Amino acid sequence: MVTQNISIKNATLKLNNKALFKKLNLEIAPGEFIAILGPNGAGKTSFLKMLLGLYGLSAGNIEILGKSPKNTLAEIGYIPQQKAFDRDLPMRGRNLVELGVNGGRFGISALSDEENQHINKAIEEVRATCFANRPIGQLSGGEQQRLRIAQAIVNNPKILLCDEPLLSLDLNSQQIVAQLINQQRQYGTSVLFVTHEINPVLPYADRVLYLVDGNWAIGTPAEIMTSKKLSQLFKSPVDVLNLHGRLIVVNASEHAEAEVQCAHHQHQKSNQEMV
Amino acid sequence: MDNFLLYLSQSFVQNALLATLLVAIICGLISPFVVMRKMSFAVHGTSELAFTGAAAGLLIANQALIGAFGGAVVVAALISLLGTNERNRDSTIGVILAFGLGLGVLLLSFYKGFATQATNILFGNIYGISGIQLAILLLVGVIVFAAILAIYRPLLFSSLDPEVATAKGIPVKTLGLAFLFILAITVTEAAQIVGTLLVLSLAITPAVAAQYISSKPISVTVLSVAFAVIAGIGGVLLSLIFDNIKPSVFITFISFGIYILVRLIASVKSASSAK
Repeated sequence: MVTQNISIKNATLKLNNKALFKKLNLEIAPGEFIAILGPNGAGKTSFLKMLLGLYGLSAGNIEILGKSPKNTLAEIGYIPQQKAFDRDLPMRGRNLVELGVNGGRFGISALSDEENQHINKAIEEVRATCFANRPIGQLSGGEQQRLRIAQAIVNNPKILLCDEPLLSLDLNSQQIVAQLINQQRQYGTSVLFVTHEINPVLPYADRVLYLVDGNWAIGTPAEIMTSKKLSQLFKSPVDVLNLHGRLIVVNASEHAEAEVQCAHHQHQKSNQEMV
Repeated sequence: MDNFLLYLSQSFVQNALLATLLVAIICGLISPFVVMRKMSFAVHGTSELAFTGAAAGLLIANQALIGAFGGAVVVAALISLLGTNERNRDSTIGVILAFGLGLGVLLLSFYKGFATQATNILFGNIYGISGIQLAILLLVGVIVFAAILAIYRPLLFSSLDPEVATAKGIPVKTLGLAFLFILAITVTEAAQIVGTLLVLSLAITPAVAAQYISSKPISVTVLSVAFAVIAGIGGVLLSLIFDNIKPSVFITFISFGIYILVRLIASVKSASSAK
C-alpha cells in the first residue's frame, strides 16, 4: 500500500458556526495534483489553513505525512495569490527566495554554501535567474509569482499548498505558473491548488475537490465537472459546456444568472464563467 | 574653534555624544521596518505621547524619563488593544494621540515645579542628560538593539508577506506586537535627543534615503544606521560650533540633506542607465 501524503478522515470544519464541509474524506498520494474549486466563501482557503493547522476541526482527523498538521509545516510550501509589492521595496527577487530558507530563523546568521546552492537551484527551476537580482517591486506579476514558487520549493517540500496563485495574472503567465507548479510533482510533491478557474490546471489536475455551501464532491475532473454533478452540488441547475477543451460552467436558471454577474464584477472574469 | 575643543573635553558633551550615537543606531535599525510596515504615523504618535508620559512621570515621581518610558509601553499596549487590524491602526493612533496630548497638558497643570523637564521632551535637551539618565538610556538602548537583531529575519518575513510567514509557522502577530513595543521605546529614547517633534528625522528619513541607493534589505539597514549616525553625531558636533542653536535643528537638517543628496544621486543614476 502506498503511504499517503495527506489523509483526511471524517473532517468537519466550522467557522463562525457555519459548517464549511462535513465528514470530508480524502487521501492524497505523493505526486498527486488536486484542484480545489468552489464559489467564494465555500471554504477553499480555509481548507488550506486547516492543513496548516491554523484552524482546528470540529470533528474528524487529519494526518499529514503521518503527523498532525502543526508538526509538518517544514514539509509544506505555500504559494499565495499575487499581490503587488511596493515599487521601492528594499528587496530583490533573490532575497524573497532566501526567506524561504532563513525567514523563520532568529538572530543574524549568513546562509551556508549549501543553502545558497539550494536557492540557486530553486531560482533556476522557475527560470528566474535572469531577473532574480532585480528589485522585486519592479518585476511583473508573473515574475513575482515565479519567485514565490521558488521560495515555496526551496526546501523541497512534500506538499505544495497554492491559494489562487493565478489570480490577476495574464493568460500567458497563468500557464507558466501552473506548469512550474505542476513540474514539482516529479519529486513526489503533492499539489493542492485552490483556483477560481479550472481551465489553466485542467491538463494537470488528477482530481477535483469541489466545495459548495457545506457540500463537497471529490473525483476526477471528468467525474465532477458535469452538469449533473454540479447541479446536485449547487442544488440548482448548472450547465457545464465543453468549448474546444475549455470547460465553461454556467448557471442555467435565469434568476441565478443575475447573482453570477454580480460575482463576476468582483473577480473581473468573463460573463460566461462562474465558480 | 577653541570653544569646540573645550566643549569636547566636557563630560556633559561626551554624555551627549554617546547618547546620540546609541539612539541613532537603534533608530537607524528600526527605520527600514517602520517604512516597510508603513508605521510612520505610529512613530509620530508614540513620540508625541512621550510628552504625556514625561508629564505623568514628573507629577508622580519627579522622573520625566522613566515616566516617558512607562508612557511608551502604555501607548503601545493601547494601540495594539484598540487597533484591531492594520487598516484602522492609524485612525486608532490618531484617537489615542488626541486624548493623550490633552491628558499631558492636564497633568502638567497639576505639576508645581518647573515644567521645562516635560517640555524639553518636545524639542530635546541632549545637554541636560545626567549620568543616571545616560545609564538608563544605555541599558534600554542595548536591550532594544539586541531585540531587533534577534527578531530581524522573522520580522522581515512577516512585514513583507504575513500570509506566507504564517504558513511557515512564524508568529506574525506576536512579532508585530513586539515591534510596536520596540518602536515605542526607541522613539522615546530618540525623543530625549531630537525631541518628540523631530523624531521622524532619525526614525524614518534614514531608511527612506537608503532605499534610493540600495535594494538589498541588509544594505538598506546598514545605510540607514549610517545615515542616522551621521545626522545625529554631525548635529551634536555642529551645535558645539554654532553654540546658540540646538542640535535637533542640525540633526534634522543633515538628515534631510542626506535624503536630498541620495535622491539626486539616484536620479542621475537612473538617467544614465536609461541611456
